[in-house]
Order: sequence, then C-alpha cells, then structure tokens
Amino acid sequence: MKTPRVYKTDGIILRHRNLGEADKVLTIYTPRLGKLEAVAKGVRRPTSRLAGHVEVLAHASLLLAHGRNLDVVTQAQEVESSRPLWEDLERLGRAAYAAELVDRCTPDRQEHEAVYRLLLETLRRLRERDDLDLVLRYFEVQLLSLLGYRPHLDACVACGGPLQAGANAYSPAAGGAVCPACAAREAAAAPLSLNGLKVLRLFQRRPFPEAARVRLTPELGRELERHLRSSIRFILERDVRAAAFLDRLRRGQEPLPAAAALPGRGAADV
Amino acid sequence: MQDAPTTAAAPVARLIGELHKLPGIGPKSAQRLAYYLLRAPEEEARALAEAILEVKEKIVFCSVCQNITDVDPCSICRSEARDRAVICVVEEPLDILALERTNGYKGTYHVLHGVISPMDGVGPEDLKVAELLARVRDGGVREVIMATNPNLEGEATAMYLGRLISPLGVRVTRLARGLPVGADLEYADEVTLARALENRQEV
Repeated sequence: MKTPRVYKTDGIILRHRNLGEADKVLTIYTPRLGKLEAVAKGVRRPTSRLAGHVEVLAHASLLLAHGRNLDVVTQAQEVESSRPLWEDLERLGRAAYAAELVDRCTPDRQEHEAVYRLLLETLRRLRERDDLDLVLRYFEVQLLSLLGYRPHLDACVACGGPLQAGANAYSPAAGGAVCPACAAREAAAAPLSLNGLKVLRLFQRRPFPEAARVRLTPELGRELERHLRSSIRFILERDVRAAAFLDRLRRGQEPLPAAAALPGRGAADV
Repeated sequence: MQDAPTTAAAPVARLIGELHKLPGIGPKSAQRLAYYLLRAPEEEARALAEAILEVKEKIVFCSVCQNITDVDPCSICRSEARDRAVICVVEEPLDILALERTNGYKGTYHVLHGVISPMDGVGPEDLKVAELLARVRDGGVREVIMATNPNLEGEATAMYLGRLISPLGVRVTRLARGLPVGADLEYADEVTLARALENRQEV
C-alpha cells in the first residue's frame, strides 16, 4: 500500500465539532484549496500537541494527510496569535460572526484566495483595532462583492435611473439601492440615507485604510448593519447565528447596570 | 441458527437499532452488544434494563446547582462541609466528577448544561443561566469560578457570565490556563504559553 500523502497549507479554523472520544472535525478555510474539513485527533485531551494551535479563529500553518474519508491534521503551528480575540467578548463575538459568515457563504473545496485574504485581514483588524463595527461592515461589503453579490449602488437597481439625494431605499431582493419611485414597489426595501449610500459606496470601492477614515455614528452603523444583514439573509435564506449573539451583547450593554442596582429584579433581559 | 446477515429477528433488529443510537456505537458494535445480551443470563439483561429505567425515573436536576441527582438538593449542595459562598460554574455534570477527583475544591457547583455557542445559535436562555444569577442575587456568594472549557464557546460563556455577575459585586474568576502536566514546551501554542508565563509561580 502506498503511504498516505501529506500536504501543507495555511488555514483559518472556521468551526469545530466533536468527533468520538477526543477528536474534533475542523472546518478550515485555506488560500489554495478553499474550505475543507479535516480531523484533528486527540485535541480534546489536555496534553494534545495540536489543540492550542487549531482552536477556532486560529490562523495556522498545517500539515494534513489524506485520509479515507476526511483528511487528518498531523501538525499545526499558529502563525499569528489570536490571543486578543480571546480576552475581549466584543472582539470574540465579531470574529465568530465573520468566521460563520465565510463558512455559510462558501462551498467546499473551491479555491477563493481573495476571500481567504479578506478573512485574514478582518481577523487581524478585529484583534488590533477598536472600531470593530466598521471592520465588520467593511468585511460584509467586500465579501458580498467577492462572492458575486455586490449591491448595485450607482443608479437605481430597478429602473436604472439616477439616484438623487432623497428618499432612496435599499432592497436586498433587487440587489442594491432603489430610487423613491421604485422603492414603493419593492416589498422589502428599507430607507437608505444619503450618508448610508455614500459609505456603502466607499466600502465597496476603496481599500480599508481609506474606508476606515469614515466615522460611523451609532445610527449610521446600525443602518448599514440592517441593510447588509438583509442582503445576507436574502442570499443565504437564513440568519447568521452569531448575529443574534452580537445583538445580545449590545442589548446587554444598556440595561445591565440598572438591573444590578435593583437586586431581585431584571432577570427578564438575561 | 440460520445465517441471516441482513435480517435479524424483529426483536433483535429493534435492540440493534436502539443500541446503534448510543454515542460511539456503530452498526457492528451494536450487533455485537445485541448478540451478547441475547446470550447473557436473564438477570443481567434485566439489571441493565432496570438501571436504564431507574435513571430516567429517579434522576432529577438539583434545584440549587442543576446537577443530576436522585435526592434534591444534591449531596454536594446539602453537605455542611461545603463552602456555599463559592460557586464553580461548569458546562456538564461530568465536569463535576473531574473536579471532584482533585479533592481540592470545597465549594459548590453550578451546571449550565451546555455552553453559549454564538455560531450554533445557543444562547444563555438555553442554559441554566437565570438559575445561576438567581443564586448569586440571593446573596451570600463571594466568588464565582468559571470552569468552562478553554475553547471559543467556553471563553465566550465565561466572559458573558462575567459581565452579568461582576456588576453584582461578586468576584468572578476563571480557571488558570497554562501548561498541562506531561506537555512539551515546544508544542505549546502562544496563547497558552503567554498565559502560563503571566501566571507563573514561585518554585
């Protein structure tokens, strides 16, 4: 019998699920092979040599062996430490969202290096920067473009007419901005502010350092989040689960001190 | 017996089917177990069946710590030797067994029965979080120790619960992370190694 061939790849661990007694199946996004699944043996044991290097959100250099069904991770070394993500729930939640989104949007074993680089950059920004929501919105806009769902923002996507400053709307079904006249006919269209339109265009066209100069007010941030989420929901035909977790974190920010001040009350929001 | 590779007698097939549902039991193991039980003395088979039924009938969640127990509150929550001001939060009842084996912990526990998993849509409302907060709010708690697993879900859970509990004026701690016994330094990842270095101790 031929010895199993091994291959080397970098990869970002998108998710894990337990397998058997001590193993895990990892979903890994790689630059040249796209998304693949591989078994990491024994990683649930404390003395595993792999475990710390193949945790979810890790960017690792991997050695994999072809297996009968799934390939097997034989060696792993983390390339960049994902540590800042692990110390801050806001960062961790957003990184989980980005990973889940890539997992849900991409087919198995289909190379798409630009998506890999975008995810890698996004995780790095989520570790290093503080404007986390801007990072996430930029990621969503860019991912939609890379996957071929780039929202049309130059003219009304329904009638092709020019977009004036005014009561424009964003329609996930039509795939972009619609003018006031067409907005009335689009069922799921939501109002799109002029600033919203401008920022979406900027995020679509400019590299991150330039896009990051925008100051997102909380209102504008929420608006973009709503539009982009509606597009993602329309494309995936489902919600990204980590989004619900991010919403919960945001809700938890506000009412908590009040609940703490009144012991015995306030379990309702938990 | 006639060989009947695919069609066992109906009751046997049913037993195989039921055993096959158990975790880690594949079709072949299920067949082996079924034929073992078929040949085993009747008392043995009956004892197994009764044990399974008894577990389902008698075991309840402890009203205090949510551990599985046959007496409520459970033996740990009843014990006078236990420090009720310290609560160790774990994901599963099995984690309590592991911690008890250390013989080093004299506080009480709280079992979440799961872990917050953002990517799988498991939120705090699916876990015994409200029960934990109620315990903390009732007062008399000095420290809550987060003993969830050191992976994405466990960390998210620990940090999330920390946010909820810290404002109540209770100390929230996390199990130390560092090098496991028997490990090799060169294989340690950066997160673990950095934390091990930070939390180093006098020799």
